[in-house]
Amino acid sequence: MSVLTLYNNLNTFLYLAALLFGMGVYGLLTHRTLIGMLISSELILAAASINFMAFNRFTAPDPTTGQIFTLFIMAIAAAEAAIGLSIVIAVYRNYKSVDTEDLVDLKG
Amino acid sequence: MNPSMAITEAPGLFTADGLTGLIFLIMMAVTVIGGIIACCAERLIRAIAGLIVCFIGVAAIYYFLNSPLVAMLQILIYVGAICITIAFAIMLAAPEESRKNGPAGPLSGPLGFISASLVTIGLIAMAMRTAFTSYPKINKGTVEEIGIEFLTTYSMVFELISIVLLIAIIGALVIARAGRSK
Repeated sequence: MSVLTLYNNLNTFLYLAALLFGMGVYGLLTHRTLIGMLISSELILAAASINFMAFNRFTAPDPTTGQIFTLFIMAIAAAEAAIGLSIVIAVYRNYKSVDTEDLVDLKG
Repeated sequence: MNPSMAITEAPGLFTADGLTGLIFLIMMAVTVIGGIIACCAERLIRAIAGLIVCFIGVAAIYYFLNSPLVAMLQILIYVGAICITIAFAIMLAAPEESRKNGPAGPLSGPLGFISASLVTIGLIAMAMRTAFTSYPKINKGTVEEIGIEFLTTYSMVFELISIVLLIAIIGALVIARAGRSK
């Protein structure tokens, strides 16, 4: 198994997706602003899409299914980004901040 | 030049297959480096630049997974639309650089790193231990077949997702519009 034929191996893509997922989780836990958390969630969605595409290419009998699912993930991610960013703008207008530490009105 | 399935022996570096493998390694490194920048950068505008780099790498990964259509749409939608929208939000909301250590404490970085690496190690171990069986393909997954599937098998989801997008756009407008007059 040469290092140059890694792209013919399902596990390569699974490891890459796991790495991206871990980066997304790390960013989600450590970022202090809402926009930073949104960026990290996009990383997590990209990792999920890579998994779908990898299984679609290597194991699934119908290779259109995973591609269609990835396209649906893209549409949902676009909707999520639009809603999330409009919420961020609304929060910023009310609080003059998008830091998660400042948004404590619902804390008992 | 779709990567073929049936490479068994190690190719030389300067053959077509070897260069394909080299480009794949470079693109994987681009993806990982972009992801690291996106999750670790202090300034948000650097994080979004890292996210763009990461998504371009992911588009190349999709190309290696036999899907040029999804690769193009990844660049169009993610890089061209979502990242630019987030960049606009960063400029509009102008979040001042976050204070280094707030009430979350100085432990949030190491603890986040530990839990994220536990998740990653768990996923990698799971992928290592599982034997995936592969099935013979019933079609080639070309753009034409994707279009046919979209408008026959998945036509209901296709229509629903357009409604979801419409509602999302209207909702985003309403939320961002509220309280603007004051």
